[in-house]
Amino acid sequence: MTDTSEITEEKARSQWADVWSQFRSHRGAMIGASFFIFICLLVIFGPMLWPIEPNFIDIRAKNQGPSLAHPFGTDQLGRDTFAQVLAGGRVSLLVGVTAMGLALFLGTFIGVLAGYFKRLDSPLMRLTDLFLALPILPLLLVIIMLFRDTLRAAFGPETGIFLLVVFVIGITSWMHTARIVRGDVLSLKEQEFVLAARSIGTPSHRMILRHILPNVMSPIMVSATLGIATAIITESAISFLGLGFPSDFPTWGRLLSDSTNFMTLNPERVIWPGLAISLTVLSVNYIGDGLRDALDPRIRGR
Amino acid sequence: MLNYTLRRLMFSVPVLLFISFIIFLILDLAPSDPTGNLPLTIPPEVREKIRTSLGLDAPMWVRYLLWCKQFFINEPLNIWDQWRGTCSFNCEDRLRVVSYVTRSPVVDLIVERMPQTLWVVGMSYVVGILIAIPIGVISAYKQYSVFDQAGTFISMVGFSVPPFFSGVLVIVIFSVQLGWFPSIYDTTLEVVDWETFKMQVKQMIMPVMVLALQTTAQISRFMRASMLDNLNQDYVRTARAKGLKESVVLLVHVLRNSLIPVVTVIALGVPAVFGGAIITEQVFKVNGIGQLLIIGIQGGDAPLVQTLTFIFAVMIVFANLIADILYGILDPRIRYD
Amino acid sequence: MKLKSTLLGAAAAIALASSALAGSHEAQGRDGQLNIIYWQAASILNPYLSGGNKDIDASALVLEPLARYDENGNMVAWLAEDIPTVENGGVAEDLTSITWTLKEGLVWSDGTPVTSADVVFTANYCMNEEGGCQQLAGFADIGSVEALDDRSVKITFTKPKPFPYSALVGSTMPILQQEQFKDCVGVNAPNCTAENFGPIGTGPFMVEEFKANDTVVYVANPNYRDGGKPAFGRVTFKGGGDAASAARSVLETGEFDYAWNLQVDPTVLAQMAAAGKGTVVSAFGTGVERLMVNLTNPDPALGDKRSTLEGGPHPFLTDPAVRRALSLAIDRNLLAEVGYGEAGKATCNVVPAPAIYVSTANDECLVQDIAKANAILDEAGWMPGPDGIRQKDGVRLSILYQTSTNAVRQDTQALVKQWWSEIGVETELKNIDAAVFFGGDQSSPDTFQKFYADIEMYTNLFDGTDPEAYMGSWVCSEIPSPANNWLGSNMPRYCNPEYDALAEKLATTAALEDRAAIVKQMNDMLMQEGAMIPLVHRGSVSAHANSLEGVRLNVWDSQMWNVADWSRAK
Repeated sequence: MTDTSEITEEKARSQWADVWSQFRSHRGAMIGASFFIFICLLVIFGPMLWPIEPNFIDIRAKNQGPSLAHPFGTDQLGRDTFAQVLAGGRVSLLVGVTAMGLALFLGTFIGVLAGYFKRLDSPLMRLTDLFLALPILPLLLVIIMLFRDTLRAAFGPETGIFLLVVFVIGITSWMHTARIVRGDVLSLKEQEFVLAARSIGTPSHRMILRHILPNVMSPIMVSATLGIATAIITESAISFLGLGFPSDFPTWGRLLSDSTNFMTLNPERVIWPGLAISLTVLSVNYIGDGLRDALDPRIRGR
Repeated sequence: MLNYTLRRLMFSVPVLLFISFIIFLILDLAPSDPTGNLPLTIPPEVREKIRTSLGLDAPMWVRYLLWCKQFFINEPLNIWDQWRGTCSFNCEDRLRVVSYVTRSPVVDLIVERMPQTLWVVGMSYVVGILIAIPIGVISAYKQYSVFDQAGTFISMVGFSVPPFFSGVLVIVIFSVQLGWFPSIYDTTLEVVDWETFKMQVKQMIMPVMVLALQTTAQISRFMRASMLDNLNQDYVRTARAKGLKESVVLLVHVLRNSLIPVVTVIALGVPAVFGGAIITEQVFKVNGIGQLLIIGIQGGDAPLVQTLTFIFAVMIVFANLIADILYGILDPRIRYD
Repeated sequence: MKLKSTLLGAAAAIALASSALAGSHEAQGRDGQLNIIYWQAASILNPYLSGGNKDIDASALVLEPLARYDENGNMVAWLAEDIPTVENGGVAEDLTSITWTLKEGLVWSDGTPVTSADVVFTANYCMNEEGGCQQLAGFADIGSVEALDDRSVKITFTKPKPFPYSALVGSTMPILQQEQFKDCVGVNAPNCTAENFGPIGTGPFMVEEFKANDTVVYVANPNYRDGGKPAFGRVTFKGGGDAASAARSVLETGEFDYAWNLQVDPTVLAQMAAAGKGTVVSAFGTGVERLMVNLTNPDPALGDKRSTLEGGPHPFLTDPAVRRALSLAIDRNLLAEVGYGEAGKATCNVVPAPAIYVSTANDECLVQDIAKANAILDEAGWMPGPDGIRQKDGVRLSILYQTSTNAVRQDTQALVKQWWSEIGVETELKNIDAAVFFGGDQSSPDTFQKFYADIEMYTNLFDGTDPEAYMGSWVCSEIPSPANNWLGSNMPRYCNPEYDALAEKLATTAALEDRAAIVKQMNDMLMQEGAMIPLVHRGSVSAHANSLEGVRLNVWDSQMWNVADWSRAK
C-alpha cells in the first residue's frame, strides 16, 4: 500500500488501457474477438480470392456434396455454396452489426431518458408500448412500399435496400432494450452512490454518462448479443417474404431458409450457413462478456 | 402503489385508442388486398365488386369508426348476451367484426384458436422459464465453469437457429426417422381419457421443444448477466460476513434482486404467448393465433389483423403495467410517485 | 352447434332407413377414416364467397354442380340427367337458352328433395349485385333463370352463347339449398356464418365440424344417391404449413392419405417418394408460366404516365428482334425440369391445352439457341458496350424482371438472368409478396397490373376447357391504365385491331373446329408479335398414400371431384 512506485504506475495508465488489459485477460473474450475478426476478414477478402462467383449457375453440378471444386457442395441450381456463404456473410454481418447498433442506441437512449427523467417516463414508455404493439409485417409492407423506390433511385438497388433493411430491423427491435434499461436505471437511481453524486451537484448528462451507463452495461451487452442474432434472422425473414434484398443476393439467413427442404438430400448446405450464424453469435456473446467484465470497475483488477 | 396503478389504468384508455388508430392507419396504407389471393380466372370487374361488397370503397375514417363501434360496443354486448342468454338492444341487426376471408366473426375465430396456442406456446414459455432460471443461476455462480460454457454454447446455438430450421430438423429426426411423434398437430383432438391425453402430449412435445429452446436461450442469458451483477455487490459480502448460509445468500438475497430485470423480460414475453408463434405454428400445423395472424396478413384481411393486433396491444400495455408493479414489489427502493 | 346437432339427428334417423335399402351393396363408411392435407387451409365452404382452390375443393365433398369435367376434360352430367345440346333439344337453335333437367329422386343430405327452385335460387344468389359473388363471371350474359317444372330449369341469355355451359357447371358453381340460404342473399351473404361454414349438399359427405383456416371434419352422407358410397365414413381435411411438409406427411410419415398441390423441388419430392409410402401423381391443365413483356415505357421519370399507352412505347422491348432473342436464349426444358419436374413441360404457346386448341407454329423456341439469339441482336444493331451490355443509340438492354415471391420462381429468375447475361442483356431481379403483387391496391406500385417493370412472370390459366374469356384478356380495351383504375387483364399492353376482330368473331362462332382455328390464330398472333414469352406448361402435382384407391387427378375440375369413389386397398 505504501509502495509509491506502484501507485504512480497505475495512475499513468489511462482508463481504456485498463479496460483493454482486463479484456485481454478474459480468455473467452479473446477467442471470441479473434474468431470474429477472422470471420470478418474471411468475408471481406474471401470473395476476392475464391474464383467462383456466388451467382454463377452450373446446372450440371446441381445438388452435389462436398468436393475439391466445391468444398461446401452446390445448391439446386449448381451454385457454389462456399462462394455463397462468403458473399452472404458480408451482407449478414453488416446488417447484423449495424441494425443491432441502431436498435441498441435507440433502446439505451430511450431507456435511460425514461428511467432517469420522471417527466419523460410515461410518454416514452407509452411510445414503447405503441411500437411493441405495431404489427410488424404490415408495417414492413408500408415502409417498403413508401421508401423502396426512393431509396433505390437515390442509392442504387443494393445500398438502398441495405439502408431500408437496417432501418426496419433497428426501428422494430429497440423496445426490449429500452424496457430493460429503464428498469435498471429506475433502481440504480435510488442507490447511494447516485444520491451522493447528485448531492455534490453533478449535472444530469455527466451523471448519466459516468454513473448510470456503466452500470447498465450488462443488460445492454446481453441485448447486443441477442440482437445481432435476431437481426441476422430477421433479415432472412424479410428477404424470404420478398421484402428485402433481391433473390439473387445471398445472405446467411436466406441460405439457411432456402436449404431447409434439402436437409436430408444435401446436409452440407444447411450446416454451413447455420454454423456461420451460430459461431458469429457465439463469438459476439463472448466479446460482450469480456467487455462487460472489463468495463465493471468492481471486477477489474481482481 | 394503488394510486399509481389506477392512474396508469386510466391513462391507458386514450393510449390504446391512439394505438388502435395507428394500427388501422398502417393496415390501410399497406398494399395488401383481400382479392389478391384469388385465382386469376376471376376478372378485374368482379374483384372490384367484391371489394365494394366488403365496404372497402368507404373513406378510411368511416371504416375506422365502424370498426370502433363493432369492437368496443357490439362485441362486448354480444359477450354479455351470450353469457346471459338474452338479446338486448336488437341483437339481430348487430354487426360484429367480420373477417373478409372467412366471413365469420373475428372474435369467434380467435376464441376457437386459443386452446392450441395456450397449450403449445404457453407451455413452452413455462417450460423455457423453468429451465432458464436454474441455468442462469448456476452459470453465474460458477462463472466460466464447464457448466457455464456448455450452457452459453447451447443457448447461443439455440437462439441463433431459427425455428423454420430447427422445426423441420426435429420433424425429420423424430417423425420421419424414428416415428415417435406426429408431424402434424391435430386441433380436433379432445382430451377425454388417458389415451387421448397421451396423444396430446405426444403431439405437443416437438413444438414445445423448439419454442422452449428460444425462450430458454434468451432468459437464461439475462438471468446470468443479472446474477453476475448482483454477486459482486456489497450486500452479498455483508450477508456472507454475517455468516448466512451460502444457499440463503444465493437464493434469498441475490436471486431476489437479480430477478428484477428478468421479471421485465418475462412479463414482456407474456403477450407474445397469446400472439402465438407464427413460424413454429406453421411448421407443425398447430394453426393457432400466430397462423391466424399470418393468414390474415397474407390475405389482406384487415378486420382480422386489426382486431388481433389490437387485442395484442391491450395485452402489451397490461403486461408492462404488471411488470412495473412487480418492480415496485421486488425492489422497494423504486418509488413511482 | 345447433346446426351440428340437427345434422347428427337427421343422420341417425336416416341411417336406419338407408341401411335397409343398401342391403345388397357393401356398407357405406366401411373403410373408416380418410385424411387429406391441403397446405393452404380452407377458410369458408361456400365457393361463391371464395374462389380459392382450397375452399372450392373443401366444399366439393359436400356441394355438387349440374355438370362437371372429368379427368380428360370431358363434360359429364352430375346432378343433371344429361348434358343439354342443340341435338337433344336442351340448347335452343339460336343459342340463346339452355334447359337443364335434374336427375330423378335427388335428395339433400337432410332428406328433402332437390328441386329446380334450388337451381334458380343458386343462380340468383350469385347474380345479386350486392353479394360480392366471386363466380359472377360464369353468369355473364344471363337474362333470366326460371323453373319450368320441378326438375327443369331454363337459362335464357341476352345474346347467342356458342358455349352455354359456363353457369352452374364445374365445382366452382355448385347448387346451394334454397331452404338453408334463403336469408343469406345480397348484403346478408357474408353474415350467414353457420350456413357458409356448414352448407347442406347432395355430395357424398356432410360437414360435421368446421374450423376456419384449420380443419374440416366430414361424415358420410347417409342420403347419398349412390348406395354403398362413399367407402370412407369420416374425412379430416387439414390445412396449414407448407407444400414440403404436406408431401412429407403423405410420402414419408404416412400420417395423411392425400396431399394437394405439391410445389416442391422435384429432387426433394423424388427423394420423399422413395420412402415407398405414397405415390406422386400429376396432370396437366391449362396453366402456363409466362413472361409478360411490357410494350409501354415503365420509366419512373414519366410519373403518372408510367407503363401506359400515353407514356409511349418501350425503349427496346418493342423491337421484335430483342423479344425474339430473349425468348431464344431461354432453355425451357431445363426450367421445367429444375422447377417443376414431372409437372412441367416446355411450351411456346399461351394456350397449351386442350389438344385441339394447341398451335405448333411457334415451336422454334423449344430449343435454346444462344448463338442464334446473339446473331439476331447483332443483326438488329445492338452491339456490346464497354461493360458487355448491348446497346444501340444510347439505350442499354437492361431489364427489371419482377415476379411474386415463390422459391421456384426465384430459381427461374436466376437461370433466366444468367442466360440473358450470355447474350449481353443486364437483368435486375425483383420479387414481391404474392398478396401485394396479385392484389389490386390502387396505391401500391408493385401490382402486376401496374407493371412498373420491363418483364414480369406469373402463371395464368382458364377454368374448364373453353378459352374464349381467356383469349379476351388481350384486347385493347383490357389494357390497365389510370382511367380504368388499373383494372384490366392485358398486362403487356398489347393492342392490335386484328386481334380484337378475331376475339369478336370467336364470341359468335359455334362450331368447335372453327373456334379452335380462331384460338390458334390468336395464340400465334400473341406469340409472334411477342406480347408474352411462354415458359412452362404447368401441371398439378398431388400425392396419395399407396393404400388409397380410386384417385383420378383432375385438373379441369376439383381434385375432390370423385371422392365418393375413393376407397382403401384391401
